[in-house]
Amino acid sequence: MLARVLPRLAARLAGAVFVLWMVATITFFAVRLIPGDPAQAVLGGPGSQASPEALAAVSAEYGFDQPVIVQYFAQLGRLITGDLGRSYALNMDVGPLVLSQLGGTLLLAVLALVLAWLLALALATWSTRGGKVAARVGSSLEIVAAALPHFWLATSLIVVFSIGLGVLPPISTGDIAGLVLPVLTLAVPLAGFLGQIMRESLLAALESPFVLSARARGESERGVRWVHALRHASLPAISLSGWAFGSLISGAVVVETIFARPGLGRTLLNAVTLRDVPVVTGVVMIVAVAYILMTLLTDAASRLVDPRLRLT
Amino acid sequence: MNGQVLESDSAAALTVRNLRVGFGSAEPVVRGVSFVVAPGECLAIVGESGSGKSVTARSLLGLAGTNSRVSADRLELGGRSVLGLTDRAWQARRGKDVGLVLQDALVSLDPLRPIGREIADSLRLHTTLGAAGRARRVLELLDAVGLPQPELQVRKLSGQLSGGERQRALIAAAIALNPPLLIADEPTTALDVTVQAQILALLEQITGAGTAVLLISHDLAVVSRIAHRVAVMYDGQLVETGRTAQVLGSPQHEQTRRMVAAIPADKPRGTRLSPANRSGAPSTPDTPSFLSTPSFLSTPSFLSTPSNFGAEVSRESTVVLEAIGLSKSFRRPDGTSQLAVDDVSFTLHHGSTLGIVGESGSGKTTVARLLLALLAPEHGEVHVFGEPWSAASEKTRRELRASVGAIYQDALGSFDPRWSIAEILTDALNLRRERGAPHTTTRLTSLLDEVGLAPTVLPRRPLELSGGQRQRVGIARALAGRPEILICDEPVSSLDVTVQAQVLDLLDDVQRERGLSLIFISHDLGVVQHISDQIAVMRDGRIVEIGPAERVFAAPQHPYSAQLLAAVPRGPV
Repeated sequence: MLARVLPRLAARLAGAVFVLWMVATITFFAVRLIPGDPAQAVLGGPGSQASPEALAAVSAEYGFDQPVIVQYFAQLGRLITGDLGRSYALNMDVGPLVLSQLGGTLLLAVLALVLAWLLALALATWSTRGGKVAARVGSSLEIVAAALPHFWLATSLIVVFSIGLGVLPPISTGDIAGLVLPVLTLAVPLAGFLGQIMRESLLAALESPFVLSARARGESERGVRWVHALRHASLPAISLSGWAFGSLISGAVVVETIFARPGLGRTLLNAVTLRDVPVVTGVVMIVAVAYILMTLLTDAASRLVDPRLRLT
Repeated sequence: MNGQVLESDSAAALTVRNLRVGFGSAEPVVRGVSFVVAPGECLAIVGESGSGKSVTARSLLGLAGTNSRVSADRLELGGRSVLGLTDRAWQARRGKDVGLVLQDALVSLDPLRPIGREIADSLRLHTTLGAAGRARRVLELLDAVGLPQPELQVRKLSGQLSGGERQRALIAAAIALNPPLLIADEPTTALDVTVQAQILALLEQITGAGTAVLLISHDLAVVSRIAHRVAVMYDGQLVETGRTAQVLGSPQHEQTRRMVAAIPADKPRGTRLSPANRSGAPSTPDTPSFLSTPSFLSTPSFLSTPSNFGAEVSRESTVVLEAIGLSKSFRRPDGTSQLAVDDVSFTLHHGSTLGIVGESGSGKTTVARLLLALLAPEHGEVHVFGEPWSAASEKTRRELRASVGAIYQDALGSFDPRWSIAEILTDALNLRRERGAPHTTTRLTSLLDEVGLAPTVLPRRPLELSGGQRQRVGIARALAGRPEILICDEPVSSLDVTVQAQVLDLLDDVQRERGLSLIFISHDLGVVQHISDQIAVMRDGRIVEIGPAERVFAAPQHPYSAQLLAAVPRGPV
């Protein structure tokens, strides 16, 4: 057993390291594309009127005067030792800063993912049970939901629930009530997307010969769904959840900004605006790690639901 | 009791009178079907695809479909009417009063659940047995259906079992509660002949124990082995019902006669299997079919094909294709390697047919790919027209590829679904670029004419054609390159018997007209026997026996050949 698991784990680990290296490389060169002098960013941005002497001193201190390739390897070296560097703008270490913001974003993303799954399951089971009208209504709802942009949905929810009905706060308050609208904003479009996939695979499963066999054994409609069909229907949605998690993190950038919610998304947006390279790199790296872990989790979940994957 | 038509059906396991089934507002697909099955009796309903036999079977379980309309004068399971039952009432009777076995257990058992749980389902739904009691009963059932070492099998998924084992498990699930009626819808269709024979024996044993069995099949020869009575279904109606020997021996209805005539086994080489002309349409009865098919006399392709010039006499014995010690292995998912083809040698003579027969996994398709040089052999060589073929470079081979045509089992899958028939055939014609060739449309029409299709199919797409028409297009595509060798891999396996008969007749025609040499690969011994001059029997990658068809069938040398032969379903002679 162990002999079969270990090589796979090793391969997974090697893959994860490779992904992180690629992420670090792409981020390093991508932030270089933001116009402006990095030394200027360290000294407070273009508005700070820093003297040429001060700029030169900062360049020397941070190594901006070195060739790009030297800077790249210096950066990789720091990342390998776990040193994310120090923020240019906030005068604090990036590691603790990013970690302090991580929890809020993770909570938002995980809650949104769970809610999206529940909504998608409900929509898929309801629309495949209730005949033609329900099927059409269900698929329309899914398409509309999947097409909703986060910024529009967030604004509309604020207009309805905060300004109109006055039942929920328009900005994050740190309690449960403040979480409802941000989670809804992220969950609804994802639910539409997952729902489409689930409904399609649920229909395919319900049409399959093994379901006919189960019905011929006297299985009830509910039994057919819970014992057989939903398990098949959930497989593609599980595989997509890893990707969905990534899209939720990028959605968090918009949602955290609109709802003035502290988190990685807002930190990232501010850092990009201020050209705060270490913070951008730090956020991207931590998101990459979270994404890799999430992919591992969805793989494990797939193997749990589909015993065929455990055979090889 | 066996085979006797019941006058009083009060004791019948199943009584159906004037059953009609339709979908939506369309014309009914089952139109007034009546029959009775007695306990311990096996009734087979035989018909081709689309005849309504599966819909009939499903209506008996209340599973005809959501938008179906089912009506009948009487519909009784074990003397109790099931007309107008509610969903809940149906659920209480399915599995208990009637069991269903479907084709191909790979998809008829839930691939995500161990077979033990699938079999235990009926017990869970209809009995008060606890988990331990169910587990014990499942082991008994697996033992009863002949699965060795049941303790090891219960935890396996259907995908881990062989085709025969899966089918046994599926039958075990259907008979878990000993239902008085078992409906088996094409229970052996996807299986190898020897496994098919075993499953039929199992069904016979279940019948012998007093269960009424309703067998649904497209294959008259298969059901004749165990059915006491046969009902032939055609266009939604039972056109002929009677004792098996009587229906097969002296078929009354035209459709029955067609199906009996189409059974290829025991019909000598060159005997026509279908009373039809080349297009598959029935010819007028008073004209012998071989006379009403003038195409091979008038079609000049035989004379005008440039590759066919030369001394006919000497070519008769010319070796056109030779396999010398071919071996090929594949890597299994667990990393070990498996020898799929092991030291296979044979020669194919000009104008003759070599039949390669074997069960699934015997390596016959791998041989086809090696012959087509789509796979490279690990050892050995293929020679075509005496020249190196497998050892030649792909560039050299490409020049000659048109002379080695291929026909596949799944014609539909071998076409681009977005292409029209005209595009498919034009593409194939262009393989051999010839200056001064007649205009493409003329060539397309004459090609279609040769395979018995009208030019009206040209603008259509593969999905709009019937299975038989598609395979004709597949043959036309292979002929477009003016091949001298045709490699046919299970070319008729997915066709109805009467369509299969027409396609076999067609292959026979084009072979004679064009002087083709054929490699004919099939799992179906009956078909191979009918079409081949030489036969090679394959097992586990090796040829266990090779020789003239008559000799192999009359006096098989290898025990495996004899075993295969014994399992072949035969029509009446």
